[in-house]
Amino acid sequence: MEKKARKIVIKENYCIGCRLCEVHCITSHSRSKDIIKTYKGTGPKPVSGIYFEEKGSISFAIQCRHCDDAPCVENCLTGAMYRDKKTGRVLHNSEKCVGCWMCVMLCPLGVIKIDFAGKKVASKCDLCINDAFPACVENCPNEAICLVDSNGERISKNEIPHSESVTRRVRDK
Amino acid sequence: MKTRYLIIGNSVSGINCIEGIRQVDRRGKIIVVSDENIHNYSRPLISYYLGGRVREKETSFRERGFYHENGVELLLNTRAEKIDACRRTVTTNKGTIEFKKLLIATGGRPFVPRIEGCESVKKGVFTFTRLSDAVALVRYIRERGMDRGVVLGGGLIGLKCAEGLIERGMKTAIIELADRLLPSTLDSTASGIIEKALKGKGCEVIKKDTVAAVESRKGVMQSILLKSGRRIETGLLVIAIGVNPDIDIITGTGIKHSRGIIVDSHMRTNLQDIYAAGDVAEGMDSLLSGNAVIAIWPVAARQGRIAGINMAGGEEVYTGMFPMNAVDIAGIPVISFGITAPADDAEYEILEKRGEGFYKKIVLRDNVIKGCIFMGRIERSGIFSGIMRDRVDVSSFKKELLSDDFGLLVLPREYRKHMVVGEGIEI
Repeated sequence: MEKKARKIVIKENYCIGCRLCEVHCITSHSRSKDIIKTYKGTGPKPVSGIYFEEKGSISFAIQCRHCDDAPCVENCLTGAMYRDKKTGRVLHNSEKCVGCWMCVMLCPLGVIKIDFAGKKVASKCDLCINDAFPACVENCPNEAICLVDSNGERISKNEIPHSESVTRRVRDK
Repeated sequence: MKTRYLIIGNSVSGINCIEGIRQVDRRGKIIVVSDENIHNYSRPLISYYLGGRVREKETSFRERGFYHENGVELLLNTRAEKIDACRRTVTTNKGTIEFKKLLIATGGRPFVPRIEGCESVKKGVFTFTRLSDAVALVRYIRERGMDRGVVLGGGLIGLKCAEGLIERGMKTAIIELADRLLPSTLDSTASGIIEKALKGKGCEVIKKDTVAAVESRKGVMQSILLKSGRRIETGLLVIAIGVNPDIDIITGTGIKHSRGIIVDSHMRTNLQDIYAAGDVAEGMDSLLSGNAVIAIWPVAARQGRIAGINMAGGEEVYTGMFPMNAVDIAGIPVISFGITAPADDAEYEILEKRGEGFYKKIVLRDNVIKGCIFMGRIERSGIFSGIMRDRVDVSSFKKELLSDDFGLLVLPREYRKHMVVGEGIEI
């Protein structure tokens, strides 16, 4: 069997609507990984993988759930949307994407963002593939965003296996 | 030759069937027969190939090693000709294969109407469903330096083909018999927007007309004659009216069919151990509550996967799907679900919103969504695929359906909970 991905889950009662998840999602997907450089620099800012929803007192951040039975992967015309065999994550290869919008049509959470100008999928949560721990989870001040394993057990940052952190260091060079 | 699983057809249903089988049975032998000579390719991408946006090898939607990794023997250039249901064999042009479980995923075959003069044309008339069609078309355009072409059929295949020709810099005309483009997918407002955009790209759109005759010289197309009497000088005609289920293979088998092969909730035909999926199959249409051929990629993928799981002894039920299309035409992204232009408006409630660069429409019946159109602004429209599938009563959030910030938040909390947290985890 393919490995099941960890998932990000939310506790909407704890969300205070600070949107720090978005800030850190954007920063962690930038080249510099520095908030100031990302936001104040001249280069293009990455698109966050999060949809932030708010109405009255209710708010939450929603991002890809890396479904076990993912319609975006099953229906991708090009194979651009794929499941990473090692981690079970649903990832997107924008080189292959032709912008047919099949994944957008079939994602019941509606969490795939579009780059209309570039005619391709712009962003979806990759569970911070280049880092050991998702930035939105790490930086949520209220634990309204949590990471759980495939059994629904919560995972904290220091429980992430050492091997996955090594990947990060290698990539950073 | 003997195999546990035999799959006729190597497109999206066949590939998903392989994956479905392997979810349950890691070892059982699988043979796939295909009458084409390419390891796999995505049919909808042939219009991108025509337009020069993807190369031939980029039309593949599974990695090169896919068949090997899944222990599949892929027989290319092999045409399945006859099924013997009693002996459990399929005869091909290269020999006979014995199977334990069979999937018929032969897909659709382009519908070509009778056109006067067509039989004497050897060069210049094409259909457009296979990669080989697109390759031949591109070669013809290059070799002859074609600068104009006509596409017969204003449905999805026709429009994407026309767009490919336009992207090649050709002067292109589309001929559609109905009074609007995409008549089975969109309503007249949405069709009008697409038509305007295509015209803006220099495409001619001819409606309520069709090709009556083609004229050729020494077998080479010279011009077409429309039913209205108009003559168009062109050396290129692409016939893209639609596809019919390719059911020739079941002749004499006793497999039940109407337009397509009738399948049950496990993708079984009426004969034991024989399954069907995709454009050739007629499964449950959840909007009609009856069987229908829904010749779209997502249905083919789902049916193929479910067939595979069940063929391998698993248990997966097909609860039905409904028509849906995602397409990008003339720079306009469009997503549509279900019934978008109901014939009898009295039974339906229609919500619409139109503004600069977008059009949205929701079709309701008894507070359940039966159809939608999203043009221009399509982000988050996938949420509607789930609401429609689950037949959610929208009366409590009806006024939010077309709002700009529509999202999961407006959905009833109980319904939303299952979507955002996954099973067994509370909000």
